[in-house]
Amino acid sequence: MDIYLPIAGVSLDIFVLVGLGAVVGFLSGVFGVGGGFLLTPLLIFIGVPPTVAVASSANQLVGASVSGVLVHWRRGNVDFKMGYVLLGGGLVGSLLGVWIFTLLKQLGQVELTISICYVLLLGTLGGLMIVESIRTLLRLHRSGAGRRRLHQHNWMHGLPLKARFRRSRLYISALLPIGLGFAVGILSAILGIGGGFVMVPAMIYMLGMPTAVVPGTSLLQIIFVAANVTVLQALTNHTVDAILALVLLVGGVIGARIGSRFGTRLRGEQLRFLLALMVLAVAAKLAFDMVAPPADLYSIAPDKE
Amino acid sequence: MSPCPRMRATNPGIRGLLVFASLLLCAAPARSESLVADLTTHLIAITTGFTGASVVLFGATDGPGDVVVTVRGPERAMTIRRKDRVAGIWVNTWAVTFNNVPNFYAVAASHPIDEIMSPAAASLYRLGIANLKLEPAAPTSPPVVEAFRDALERKQQQAGLFVNRIGKVDFLGERLFRTTIAFPANVPTGSYLVEVFLVRNKDVVTGQTTPLVVSKVGLDAAVSEFSYRQPGFYGAIAVLTAMVAGWLASLPFRGA
Repeated sequence: MDIYLPIAGVSLDIFVLVGLGAVVGFLSGVFGVGGGFLLTPLLIFIGVPPTVAVASSANQLVGASVSGVLVHWRRGNVDFKMGYVLLGGGLVGSLLGVWIFTLLKQLGQVELTISICYVLLLGTLGGLMIVESIRTLLRLHRSGAGRRRLHQHNWMHGLPLKARFRRSRLYISALLPIGLGFAVGILSAILGIGGGFVMVPAMIYMLGMPTAVVPGTSLLQIIFVAANVTVLQALTNHTVDAILALVLLVGGVIGARIGSRFGTRLRGEQLRFLLALMVLAVAAKLAFDMVAPPADLYSIAPDKE
Repeated sequence: MSPCPRMRATNPGIRGLLVFASLLLCAAPARSESLVADLTTHLIAITTGFTGASVVLFGATDGPGDVVVTVRGPERAMTIRRKDRVAGIWVNTWAVTFNNVPNFYAVAASHPIDEIMSPAAASLYRLGIANLKLEPAAPTSPPVVEAFRDALERKQQQAGLFVNRIGKVDFLGERLFRTTIAFPANVPTGSYLVEVFLVRNKDVVTGQTTPLVVSKVGLDAAVSEFSYRQPGFYGAIAVLTAMVAGWLASLPFRGA
């Protein structure tokens, strides 16, 4: 059954769209990443214009994250204090990021810059994560669980402005989450993603948050980032297809429910290992696309309007 | 997405035939023009269930001859980019912008165009994709323009927006003709021009132009208009709708 999408200007099968939403929703339920990095390319692949795909993904992300946060919140797995501190840094960072993005655009080759950033960032992140999680899995296997410390102490714990984050069972400097939010804000403005992708591993490894609290808290932050992007895109590019976003949401919320149930059954180490694999797979795909000869050397530049 | 999905006929059958018959009975003898033609509808309405549409064009000539029909969408500037390998990575290096690229272009004829017309006449009246006047926005060397133009034509054909297959104009006897113009689901909105040419002795004898409007109607028109008129408000509503939808979706599982 086809549905005409008014802003995208194309007719697409409604079941394909719902299915797509479900897959992405599942991922966001399990890992607490938004899934925009996956949804946007898939939408482009099935025929949605790239600018509309980016903007409408952000719109559907708002709904999916709200639903995800509510589900995690009922289980007591959202650290609101941590979420708001991260968000504060994130909003300032995204302002700087938008400025950098404009600068890159003037210099040309913004797409290539984005691809290279993605590959370096995801490759490094995924590599570190997979090494760590394999090591943990092996250690657990050998000596049994339960003797690991919550996190390592290092220079970061000597910073001022200490605050207590009860849900995360942390007593750390507020500068850490503010700085993390700031850095992710810059990245998400440049890369056009919610940032859950970078945020989730950083929350686990840098801040030392318990894995169970991470998805809900990350999604809380994503709601605001995605809402910000949606309104900005609607204002400047008129590319938000609300109908498309709603159809994707129908699948998305179902997927997110199943995903978050699935996620709670997995152990923290297994969750991290799977996330690492996914991050590496995306990095590998992007690297391959840059190096492999394209199917067609020519392409139509997107409309500027 | 296939370039030519299943068509929803804008009642080409019965109404078209009725008009066709009335034309046959009374109109033709009274006319002094050598060519008359019209469409079954002048509006293609894009609704939520839109999967493409077809429109019947019918008409009469004052004697033997061939008929060529072109359908041309609104024109706009288009930029084509080319990738090249730089340090092992494929990068967009060249770009050529063409002015006046029609959003949609299709041709139908009663016989193959190269059999019934001289190349000069076909070029003059821009019949066929190869005869479209596509001028680069900035001066560029001819071989480069040629390569980019080929790419543009290929891309538009892949999207089903340049129809390279010459449609069939059917004659009923010597003077009455009809053809069906098919539009894909991704047809761009705007004002189209349908041109009908009467061809004799390898040249165009006369022509007629009929307008055709492709427009969103109902909810789709309202949504897209709203997004342009009140972008901030539209964005806020899109965000709120998504939030409410997300909240609703988490409700049935409460306590689960």
